[in-house]
Amino acid sequence: MSTTLLLIQTLNGLQLGVLLFLIAAGLTLVFGVMDFINLAHGVQYMLGAYFLAAFAAATGSFALGLALTLAAALLCGVVLERLVLRHLYGRDHLDQVLATFGIILFLNEAVRALWGSAPLHVDIPEALSGAVRLMPGLLYPLYRLVLIGAGLGVALLLYVLVTHTRIGMRVRAGASDAAMVSALGVNVGRLFTLVFGFGAMLAGFAGALAAPILSVEPGMGDNILILAFVVVVIGGIGSVRGAFVAALLVGLVDTLGRSFSTSLMRLVMDSSAAAQAGPALASMLVYVLMALVLAVRPRGLFPASAG
Amino acid sequence: MTAPRPILQLQGLVKHYGRLRVSDDVWLDVAPGETHALIGPNGAGKTTLIGQIAGEIPSDSGRILLDGADVTVERPHRRVHRGLARSFQITRLIGGFSALENVALCAQALEGSSFRFLAPASRDAGLNAAAIAALAETGLAERADIPAGRLSHGEKRQLELAMALVARPKLMVLDEPMAGLGKAETQAMIAVLRRLAGQAAILLVEHDMHAVFALADRISVLVEGRIIASGPPDAIRADAAVRAAYLGEEV
Amino acid sequence: MSISARRSLLPLLLGAGFALVPVVTGGDVYTVNLAIRIMCLAIAAIGLDLILGYGRLVSFGHAAFFGAGAYAVGILSTHGFTSAPLLIGAAILAGAALALPIGAVSLRTRGVYFIMITLAFGQMLFFTATSLSAYGGDDGLSLPARATFLGTDPFGSPLSFHYVVLALLALVYLGGRAIVASRFGRVLRAGGEDERRVIAAGFPITAYRLVAFVIAGGIAGLAGGLYAEFTEFVSPAYLSWQRSGEFIVMVVLGGTGSLHGAVLGAAGVVLLEEWLAEFTEHWRLIFGPLLVLAALAGRDGLARLLGRGTR
Ligand SMILES: Nc1ncnc2c1ncn2[C@@H]1O[C@H](COP(=O)(O)OP(=O)(O)OP(=O)(O)O)[C@@H](O)[C@H]1O
Ligand SMILES: [Mg+2]
Repeated sequence: MSTTLLLIQTLNGLQLGVLLFLIAAGLTLVFGVMDFINLAHGVQYMLGAYFLAAFAAATGSFALGLALTLAAALLCGVVLERLVLRHLYGRDHLDQVLATFGIILFLNEAVRALWGSAPLHVDIPEALSGAVRLMPGLLYPLYRLVLIGAGLGVALLLYVLVTHTRIGMRVRAGASDAAMVSALGVNVGRLFTLVFGFGAMLAGFAGALAAPILSVEPGMGDNILILAFVVVVIGGIGSVRGAFVAALLVGLVDTLGRSFSTSLMRLVMDSSAAAQAGPALASMLVYVLMALVLAVRPRGLFPASAG
Repeated sequence: MTAPRPILQLQGLVKHYGRLRVSDDVWLDVAPGETHALIGPNGAGKTTLIGQIAGEIPSDSGRILLDGADVTVERPHRRVHRGLARSFQITRLIGGFSALENVALCAQALEGSSFRFLAPASRDAGLNAAAIAALAETGLAERADIPAGRLSHGEKRQLELAMALVARPKLMVLDEPMAGLGKAETQAMIAVLRRLAGQAAILLVEHDMHAVFALADRISVLVEGRIIASGPPDAIRADAAVRAAYLGEEV
Repeated sequence: MSISARRSLLPLLLGAGFALVPVVTGGDVYTVNLAIRIMCLAIAAIGLDLILGYGRLVSFGHAAFFGAGAYAVGILSTHGFTSAPLLIGAAILAGAALALPIGAVSLRTRGVYFIMITLAFGQMLFFTATSLSAYGGDDGLSLPARATFLGTDPFGSPLSFHYVVLALLALVYLGGRAIVASRFGRVLRAGGEDERRVIAAGFPITAYRLVAFVIAGGIAGLAGGLYAEFTEFVSPAYLSWQRSGEFIVMVVLGGTGSLHGAVLGAAGVVLLEEWLAEFTEHWRLIFGPLLVLAALAGRDGLARLLGRGTR
């Protein structure tokens, strides 16, 4: 395996990690603050991608499209929270599973009914097309670098928001002890709506960023949602820092595993067997990682109550 | 004459919650057959100490000996099999089970295997007989078929006790069995506990001083996680430190 | 009517209903096949109800064990095995064997963690199935032949398939009832209500839950194996998390913690899907909101509609 390939795959891994973080950040706060299992978070990611496709096409501008997408994603999150989810706080997890599963079915189907089953194509914005020469012999698409940069930027912003502002403090306190926060007289209802809408916006942002490089299709949020769950479990429920570390970890392990597992397996078995076992192993890797983390730390790498 | 080996020995138990030392170097013995009351103001750390004894709450340091065996790191259900039974300060019952089935559940933990999959448990005559006997001892036999969730508060406390004693434990740790009971119910509970006193050692956490002085052979006083006094009731009643720290407003 | 009479009446009616389907419809293939599909899924749903309804553990990976059973049958068939007891036995074993390690890890956790982790492990097996390139990968795998038993073809005609599955469904249902009522079941049920109390009573609750989880996995494996024989086809879609979700929906709508409810739920969901699909290909636009409403209204919706307010 060459250094160039390793570097490229590392960047690809970072890219997946960054997307996962944007999704998992909202999820982990919703879990932590509200003890709420939200399966419908993945469809927010999908909606982000579709919104961008629609708005960019309508306005003819990626930037404008992105701005509108963020607003629409936020709106969707708030509406969903007010209309349905808010009535399920404090209820049995089973009710939450049932309702959010229903929402997934509905939104996936709605997208299919509106835009069809075929994947949509979204152009990379003109200014960000082309590639950057990172090393002699190593070209990497500019858009993907920007995506990584934007993701890291948002992560930093979120970190500052959560650790250094009053509202962030409340959210963090809520993530480790919601009852306490409400006892202190904070308007928990509004806090929840805020966290929820914000989380939906982040997921929508991730979907919008991914739209030009991944296929925009119904159900695209489903698999990434489960990866985001893995991130939340590894990072520790309620911990934004944990989500960040775990997202990068999962992104890297998954991407590097997929590209190198077959060659690694060749070291211990003949190549036709390796061609079979490699992909199977690669697809299991992140889940094995999760199992290992849980075996050692059942509450994840950064349990929220420990800060 | 050597004293018999204590059924329970706590040796320097410590438990922190963050910076708060909830159990602070606790030393305590309970002799076989003894009723030992543990009293102390709200938040003194009594329930936490029970949690440590039962194994629900891991101790930061110190040792717990149950019938001579070191159980400090033993898992909670193992301690039950060594003869420890506990009741909860806030009633914990299986609300959808009848009173009888609640007690039978506890009986089946100690009698035979529970990895039996086919025979209906509700027709297990051995378990039912043991459960009925325990219910009768606490005065609840007539209510055997009522779902636990529908019993009155006083009856629930009786049921908790029946669930502890059906196991024929060597040591019962009872967390405020009189909490929330009326005068008559408290008297009845005192009578039940007095009858039980011969059969098992009891570590009794209780705020009702009347009950404590009526029942206890010895009393230990826990204040801010420390045992500040320990001795027979008369000595405790007279102890100046105890009066100052705790009993002042109550006796 | 007393509760207990009603409790045994409804399952009897259900059983009689299934038994009469071929008679009443004159052996209509479409209807009989629909009934077979419902019964296969109902078997899996009964397994899930053991852990979800009685143990109150929201397992979101049930389809993985269903799929494992299906793949066991599919893979063995392609290697030329046709003995029905062997194939079905392998299906049960496959489901149970996978449930053991997955349960052992997942049961270390609680609440939302448990949901997410079972979901994740289910997804892991889904991807594993897609990477089985020797057995069709993404596209799945067709069974070369149906299983045989002592020279007969139990799965050969819809009619005999129907009654074989019905017999197995009855067996699983009665077995499930025995388990729920047994000493083991009592511990499992109590643990669903109050885990701390059960531990304080002297039970290592996780061991009981693990056994229940493995039994549920084995039952799902059985269902999956039958389903593979039914469709003569297996694919990764059998293990998809949407299918796990569907199993949960069946158990919940039928009323958790009553095994015939799981059967009722399976029938309800399949029939509702069939019915809605007649109006529009986008039937999920209706089905999804129905689930939301059921959750908002409080669960056991279908159960309450049917006037069975008891557990
Ligand atoms: N899980 C916990 N985390 C942090 N602090 C705790 C926890 N459990 C108990 N505490 C604190 O430990 C102290 C002792 O609590 P504990 O319940 O043991 O007191 P107690 O003597 O049983 O009181 P009471 O008479 O009111 O039942 C209290 O200050 C309580 O707030
Ligand atoms: Mg207490």
